[in-house]
Amino acid sequence: MTKRTIKVDYLARVEGEGALHVRIAGDRVEHVELNIFEPPRYFEALLRGRDFREAPDITARICGICPVAYQMSAVHAMEAACGVTLPTPLQDLRRLLYCGEWIQSHVLHAFMLHAPDFLGLASVVEIAKREPALVQQALRMKKAGNAIIAAVGGREVHPINVKVGGFYRAPRRDEIAGLRDELAWGRDAAAAALQWAAGLDYPDFERDYQFVALRHAAEYPMNAGRIVSSRGLDIGAAAYEQHFAETHEPQSTALHSHLIADGSAYLVGPLARYALNFDRLPAEVQAAAKAAGLGAVCRNPYQSLLVRLVEVLFAFGEALRLAEAYAPPEPASVEVAPQDGSGCWATEAPRGLLYHRYAIGGDSLIRQAKIVPPTSQNQPSIEADLRGVIEANLDMTDDTLRHRCEQTIRNYDPCISCATHFLTLTLDRQGEGAA
Amino acid sequence: MTTTAAAKPKLAVWKFASCDGCQLSILDLEDELLALAGAVEIAYFLEASSRTVEGPYDLSLVEGSITTPHDAERIRQVRAQSKALMTIGACATAGGVQALRNFADVEEFTRAVYARPDYIETLATSTPIAEHVAVDFELRGCPVDKHQLLEAVGAFLFGKQPVLTGDSVCTECKRRGSVCVAVASGTPCLGPVTHAGCGAICPAYGRGCYGCFGPSAGAAMPALSRMLAGHGMQPAEITRFLRTFNANAPAFREESERLAGGEGAA
Repeated sequence: MTKRTIKVDYLARVEGEGALHVRIAGDRVEHVELNIFEPPRYFEALLRGRDFREAPDITARICGICPVAYQMSAVHAMEAACGVTLPTPLQDLRRLLYCGEWIQSHVLHAFMLHAPDFLGLASVVEIAKREPALVQQALRMKKAGNAIIAAVGGREVHPINVKVGGFYRAPRRDEIAGLRDELAWGRDAAAAALQWAAGLDYPDFERDYQFVALRHAAEYPMNAGRIVSSRGLDIGAAAYEQHFAETHEPQSTALHSHLIADGSAYLVGPLARYALNFDRLPAEVQAAAKAAGLGAVCRNPYQSLLVRLVEVLFAFGEALRLAEAYAPPEPASVEVAPQDGSGCWATEAPRGLLYHRYAIGGDSLIRQAKIVPPTSQNQPSIEADLRGVIEANLDMTDDTLRHRCEQTIRNYDPCISCATHFLTLTLDRQGEGAA
Repeated sequence: MTTTAAAKPKLAVWKFASCDGCQLSILDLEDELLALAGAVEIAYFLEASSRTVEGPYDLSLVEGSITTPHDAERIRQVRAQSKALMTIGACATAGGVQALRNFADVEEFTRAVYARPDYIETLATSTPIAEHVAVDFELRGCPVDKHQLLEAVGAFLFGKQPVLTGDSVCTECKRRGSVCVAVASGTPCLGPVTHAGCGAICPAYGRGCYGCFGPSAGAAMPALSRMLAGHGMQPAEITRFLRTFNANAPAFREESERLAGGEGAA
């Protein structure tokens, strides 16, 4: 039997540090291991003994790409622990902030990290040499997303204005009105970007994913909703840990998630949100998705690039709607008094479901914290994708197959800093000479 | 015979224990990114490009702190390949929020987070880059301010030291015309002892500075503790206030240890 070994030491264009090791024997993939060796930073441990109001500022530092997601899951979990629900205008302002993060994170990934794979280039700078107008439009879209975060949150990375109970200060009407022209431009630019991306060549590959995402009674989900799956699960966030568990794999500082009932892998993120909430998208966004060749469900992980751009289109429209309706909430925050108890919440980070649970005391101090980021939930799915992709492409040369594996990982926009927690890729085809 | 353009300076970006937010600030320079990529050769920047060029590098930007034996060795290799080395952000400059372990038992931390502590290899402390190798310039902030980053990289490309003030956030706050939150509403604020650079964002949003740029030059720490105690904060609360993203920066660390040692604030 032919055995092969292929090795890639540092995976690029992902956030954080990790490696992949694959061993192939004949036409069978013997072993796939996504090795995350980002050094541990111990957030769940260092949160203990902190004031419950510090959680949004501290957990933001888990990820510089999606700090808003951490802030949103943290504040909602704390408010749940204290039995407080925010009035609609404050919820709307949080949704506007989240739209900003979806736009900047998705555009960053789609154009700077993911698109080079489909063009055979190494970076967005190389794309810019070939298609300068395209890259300038992408950078301007990203900037528009960041402008929302700066206006609502005070700055783009690690916003300072989010607090348990609302905001330190409501943005003035003119600060939000100033965003509107660029958001309207961004909506048109996102539609054009989606059309451009529809013309890219996507590898032919699908898997029957078990999708998991939030579902809300009326909205495309961001800050609220029930946790649902494509196989009939429908639970509140409070039941999350009864249905999902994490295990600790050797050689990894990230934890892997699976369903407790049958140990199965599941998928969170844009593909899952889209499949489970297509009917919550406005008709014009649905039409743009269909025009880009997408159905109501997309099972091709490479086409996650298209789905991200559909979500960018949606987020620009949603942000514009919220900005046009904006009046500064009065007051900017509601009182949240600490009480003994625990609270949990899940929101939709750009990369998928982000779950937080905290136990706090009446003395306002955090007793326990549990955080489950999207990338650790997706890790078993990434490994299953890799197995499928390698088995379907065994005739490829080692170099081509290695690149395809990296591209497959990048489909997930994996945030390894979040999952703790980076990539070195080792592909072993045993028996084919030197590894 | 054709002449070739002078070789562009080679820029490398390295990551250690961090959130990626400071290197993301480079990609957040939407208006300047392509010009920057024209002025330098981005020779090693894994988050942005799968193409890497061998050293030596003219300027290395280092994000993150040292928390593993492997990283303690890797930073020496980075230094050996770099003509100039600049740290970017609170993790690389002070140890980051992960330096809270320096005040605790890291083995207990590991047991609290991981089911299999035996799979985890880490150091007992999170330490800044300058404790391991020579550093040519330290850029503050959690995260760095992207305009300061551009200024600092630009200065290095012209072969000069960046001109960035070591003043406190108070100076920036006054320049911005914000009302002093400490004086006007008794809000606890680290602005008097915190390094400038952010533009005094927090007071402009009605909250006290929480020190994400670390201590300013000549920070008067005991005076600050007395002010905070005057706002009704207990020593344990002041200690916690000083122990966030720059907990291991000497001025903040020493004051928090003094307070935690029971001397009290006032």
